Amino acid sequence: MKHDFNELRLDRVTRRFAGQGGQAFAALSELTLNVRRGEFIALLGPSGCGKSTALNCIAGLLPLSGGSIHLDNERIDTLPPERRGFGMVFQNYALFPHMSVARNVGFGLRMRGVPNADIEARVDHALKLVQLTGQAHKLPGQLSGGQQQRVAIARAIVIEPPLILMDEPLSNLDAKLRLETRSEIRRIHRELGRSTIYVTHDQDEALSLADRIVVMKDGVVQQIATPQVVYGEPANLHVARFMGYRNVFPMTIEREEGTRVALSGPDFPLTGTRMLPLGDGRATVAVRPDDFVVGGGVGDVNTVSGTVDNVEYSGRESLIDVMTPSGLKLIVRTAVPVQLGEPVRVSVPVDRALVYPAE
Amino acid sequence: MGTTLAPRAPFDRALLLVLPAAAFMLLLFVYPFVYGLILSFEPVQGGWLANYRKFFTTDNLWPTIWTTLRLALPATLINVGFALPIAYKMRVRSRYQRWITTILVVPITLGTVLIAEGMLTYFGPKGWLSQFLQLTHLYDGPIRLTHNYWGVLISLVVSGFPFAFLLILSYITGIDPVLPRAAATLGASPAAQFRHIYLPLLAPGVAMCFCLAFVQAFSVFPSAVLLGAPAGPTRVISIAAYEAAFEQYDYSLASAVAMIMGFVQLLIVAAVLALRNAFYRGPVAGGKG
Repeated sequence: MKHDFNELRLDRVTRRFAGQGGQAFAALSELTLNVRRGEFIALLGPSGCGKSTALNCIAGLLPLSGGSIHLDNERIDTLPPERRGFGMVFQNYALFPHMSVARNVGFGLRMRGVPNADIEARVDHALKLVQLTGQAHKLPGQLSGGQQQRVAIARAIVIEPPLILMDEPLSNLDAKLRLETRSEIRRIHRELGRSTIYVTHDQDEALSLADRIVVMKDGVVQQIATPQVVYGEPANLHVARFMGYRNVFPMTIEREEGTRVALSGPDFPLTGTRMLPLGDGRATVAVRPDDFVVGGGVGDVNTVSGTVDNVEYSGRESLIDVMTPSGLKLIVRTAVPVQLGEPVRVSVPVDRALVYPAE
Repeated sequence: MGTTLAPRAPFDRALLLVLPAAAFMLLLFVYPFVYGLILSFEPVQGGWLANYRKFFTTDNLWPTIWTTLRLALPATLINVGFALPIAYKMRVRSRYQRWITTILVVPITLGTVLIAEGMLTYFGPKGWLSQFLQLTHLYDGPIRLTHNYWGVLISLVVSGFPFAFLLILSYITGIDPVLPRAAATLGASPAAQFRHIYLPLLAPGVAMCFCLAFVQAFSVFPSAVLLGAPAGPTRVISIAAYEAAFEQYDYSLASAVAMIMGFVQLLIVAAVLALRNAFYRGPVAGGKG
């Protein structure tokens, strides 16, 4: 078991399961990814996209159906989990209910034959890191959900693994605790500098934690990029939808100039930015609700008229539905106060109207 | 129609549903037990403790406790001892699991008498096993597996094992499989996972299973008569009670024997349950579900 590494290489990692009628289906197909030392990677996607399968393959809890995993020059996908030595944090914590917090955290060290005096010191240190000092003698059942999750994190990091794997560690916590624990995870990662692979279906978590995000759908990687790129330049419509581009509608291509595309529709013309090579005729446009500006604005380019159809107030801003004359509903986030039924004009900058091939 | 000052929770009428079960317990368990207890202190002759004095001074009565323990304890240890590893192997759903489970459980559906009859023909001096061993010369000596201690022990294992197996299987499948996986990622080999995760979590269940299997084996009667040597080596305590009641028509003595039998069972069960308290007892899941 290594304590450090330079690079974890996943090469076309594939996992197939027997599906209905004996038909095998690939829960994960050909995931290729290089994780550098100290990097924080988020695997992001809806449930059933293969992200947890990928994590279990890396941990050694699921055998691969194809491909390989290397830690520097050592091939590790044939090793059982106990010989890989990665720390893993499970979605439901998986704390040992019959062991005290201290014994849970020290379990990995005992399995490694670390002397008792060292175990005590390292467990204390790990509990300090997750701010659970003074709870060492309690059983997991006596802790709150957030505390249990921090015990699970302490248990995974105390063995000083080269790689920490986290499977939706925040999904069982309430909203406030989720934010707190998220900063905690970020802080711990900064302090320890351990490579981390983090599975989540929450794009906010992925954006705020990760150095790079792997967006997945149906077992296939859609995009691997920094949070900024995934957020601003989704590789395709699946990624765009998942990253909160809630306005996705078809238009007709008029002409292309470089990456700029002029489009027409029943209500309004639009100039957008091409994200992928387009075919002839039809295209699909994706716009985030917060990229619309209410009240005309940037010249007269990309201005759409409509009436306010719905208002969802959420504090500083509101989410409003703008209905165009032809019945297209645009979702717009704005701080401008508007009334239900009021006529409005909204506009979108050219570089924020992303144009993809028609679906 | 007085006004009550302290508000009381309204009477939950669903509680009435417990009445049939309570009546059942009273009529079929509590009443006969109390009746037997009182009867045991009303001997045909002598003082109120005469039956108990007789039991512990008569040479064909008091040794039946040891005779029974000598059968019941090994049988229980064998049943629980084998059920644990087999159930552990069967915990993961596989193609063979259902078949193996079915085969292991079949004896539970057969009565003790049917098993005894089958064993008499199979294990008997002219039975298949004996004939096979002698035919193949694997073992040429005389084979005596019926009408002695071994016959009763085998029958206790055949009829008691499925019971122990099913109980332990249900305990094992109740343990969240993510726990051993978590242990594996922390460096625990399969053997260490069993020792540190499964065994401590199973211990209370195994203790419970031991108690139930022991009580069942301790009250052995039909196979001790049919497969054993009821006059000597397998003269178990229930035979002593039977003889007192139906051969000597001394119901009072029979009741006393039954009370002693119950007391011995209680001692063993209490000892095992006390041991059980040393272990963690609680939910066997690793966190929020």
